Amino acid sequence: MKAPGSTKLLEVDDLRKHFPIRRGLFSRVSSKVYAVDGISFDIAPGETLGLVGESGCGKSTAGKAILKLTDPTSGRVKLRGVDITDLSPGEMRQYRRELQVIFQDPYSSLNPRMSAGAIVGEPLTNFQIAKGQEVEDRVAALFRRVGLRPEQMRRYPHEFSGGQRQRLGIARALAVNPSLIVGDEPVSALDVSVQAQVINLLMDLQDEYGLSYLFIAHDLAVVEHISHRVAVMYLGKIVELTDRASLFLEPLHPYTEALLSAVPQPEPPKTARKRERIILKGDVPSPINPPSGCRFHTRCPYAFDRCKVEDPAFEEVKPSHWVACHLRGN
Amino acid sequence: MSVLVDNAIDVPVTPRMTWRETLRRHPTMILGGTVLTLLILMAIFAPLLTSLDPNALRPPRRLRWPSAEYWFGTDMIGRDIYSRILYGARVSLIVGFGVAICSTLAGLFIGLVAGFNRTGDAVIMRIMDGLMAIPPILLAIALMALTRASIENVIVAITIAEVPRVVRLVRGVVLTLREQPFVEAARASGTRAWVILMRHILPNTMAPLIVQATYICASAIITEAILSFLGAGVPPTVPSWGNIISEGRTLFQVAAYIVVIPGLFLSVTVLAINLVGDGLRDALDPRLARRM
Repeated sequence: MKAPGSTKLLEVDDLRKHFPIRRGLFSRVSSKVYAVDGISFDIAPGETLGLVGESGCGKSTAGKAILKLTDPTSGRVKLRGVDITDLSPGEMRQYRRELQVIFQDPYSSLNPRMSAGAIVGEPLTNFQIAKGQEVEDRVAALFRRVGLRPEQMRRYPHEFSGGQRQRLGIARALAVNPSLIVGDEPVSALDVSVQAQVINLLMDLQDEYGLSYLFIAHDLAVVEHISHRVAVMYLGKIVELTDRASLFLEPLHPYTEALLSAVPQPEPPKTARKRERIILKGDVPSPINPPSGCRFHTRCPYAFDRCKVEDPAFEEVKPSHWVACHLRGN
Repeated sequence: MSVLVDNAIDVPVTPRMTWRETLRRHPTMILGGTVLTLLILMAIFAPLLTSLDPNALRPPRRLRWPSAEYWFGTDMIGRDIYSRILYGARVSLIVGFGVAICSTLAGLFIGLVAGFNRTGDAVIMRIMDGLMAIPPILLAIALMALTRASIENVIVAITIAEVPRVVRLVRGVVLTLREQPFVEAARASGTRAWVILMRHILPNTMAPLIVQATYICASAIITEAILSFLGAGVPPTVPSWGNIISEGRTLFQVAAYIVVIPGLFLSVTVLAINLVGDGLRDALDPRLARRM
């Protein structure tokens, strides 16, 4: 069932994930953590969408809800126009071939008691893509593709370095020929030189197979390198969504501005406009009791009265440049 | 929820030591293993090691101190304590291993259900907390009071008393593993739930479970001895270390050997099993070892 005229690979519409906090004798729900509170975006085939934000802003929860590793509270997730939000685990299985994941921690994301070859081959046997010797051959090909040697198939995860383990994670995600890979901070646990190798590998794979990525990260430099478009999240909401160039050249949301001003510059510009360092006051408010109105008003240097009471709408203020801020909207 | 918090069990990701290295680091494990093997052989070949019937009464030769004829002496009705000890080892070891196997299997199954099913968890853990609130020996005595004395019933009673410990352990491991990224990764790559359970969760529960089984084995042997000592264990016609001690208790001042010798066997057996358990723990689960 393909929606007519749908060219989007993934569509996320008003996705929410609230975690109830239960207290007391009868486990009453006393409050909720608004981890993801209404986010919408889409990803086209072959596109990389970067999702950035501070820790605790709900990036990873959003990724898990899209993968249905956790059930979203409300909202819709559509894959090639097919609504996968309410599918049972059994019905979801066939869509998992299209939707894969790479985790942040290359240590805990591989079963310590399985050999590297068995880990990468598991999705192949799950979907009966290959059998017996064919599994071996395909796993060997995947090993070569991600820059590992097929002889390493019999080794166990602890015998690999962090970067090699992350390559194993990528090989496992690639095994079923997915169309979208959710990367949940896939490089933030690696050191900088290895990060570059892994990111280049991901970009090569994108060119080769036409993959789409939802690239979750907190490192803006990494996101700038890999993404076509970038979404900035703050306390469970997307505050700005636009293509890479306009986000980094003319950010419209004060939070994005502050984030960008914190990126260290390898060569401080001499003649070009010197960026002013914007230092935000205080910490991210708790997602249990998010501030009223605009969630950023408690730390925003430009906040005015309206921000405290009215939640700004997420609007397209320039062509394909979406932002949620009273300063920019109407 | 008011569920008691289990000790979080780390998933061992550190490379395992080789057996040779483990044995080198734990020479006590060789000692424990040797003693335990000897005890097992002794129990199996009891009829070959003695020509005397452990239940034959020789009233004229009662309370003989250990001698060439009666190695460990005779009790107040003239039964040979050496042969009673040999046959008693059968009871102790059968109960020890029986309880270890039964409680591990039952606990593994119940623990997996509790760890995987939220509703089941609430119900099962309440029952287990209830069972744990009763001291295991009292619980075993109470259960034995409900049935007739036999080795099978002793095994069942001690198993019921020991099972909550295993359930808590397995549940704790499953809850920790369930949230591990490699389990989520398996889910994301379309692995079916029961395959995840068998392939990713079960193998990782084995190490702490085997270690726990050795401790349960040792504790079951002691519990059996206590039950027999109190007359709530195996029938009095079956020689067991516990009832030898019990029968010798009143004569301790005149014939201390009746109590001391089975007591020594009991201690040495439990020590040997614990030494093996410690070695296994370090070999299978180095991180658990550091915490204990």
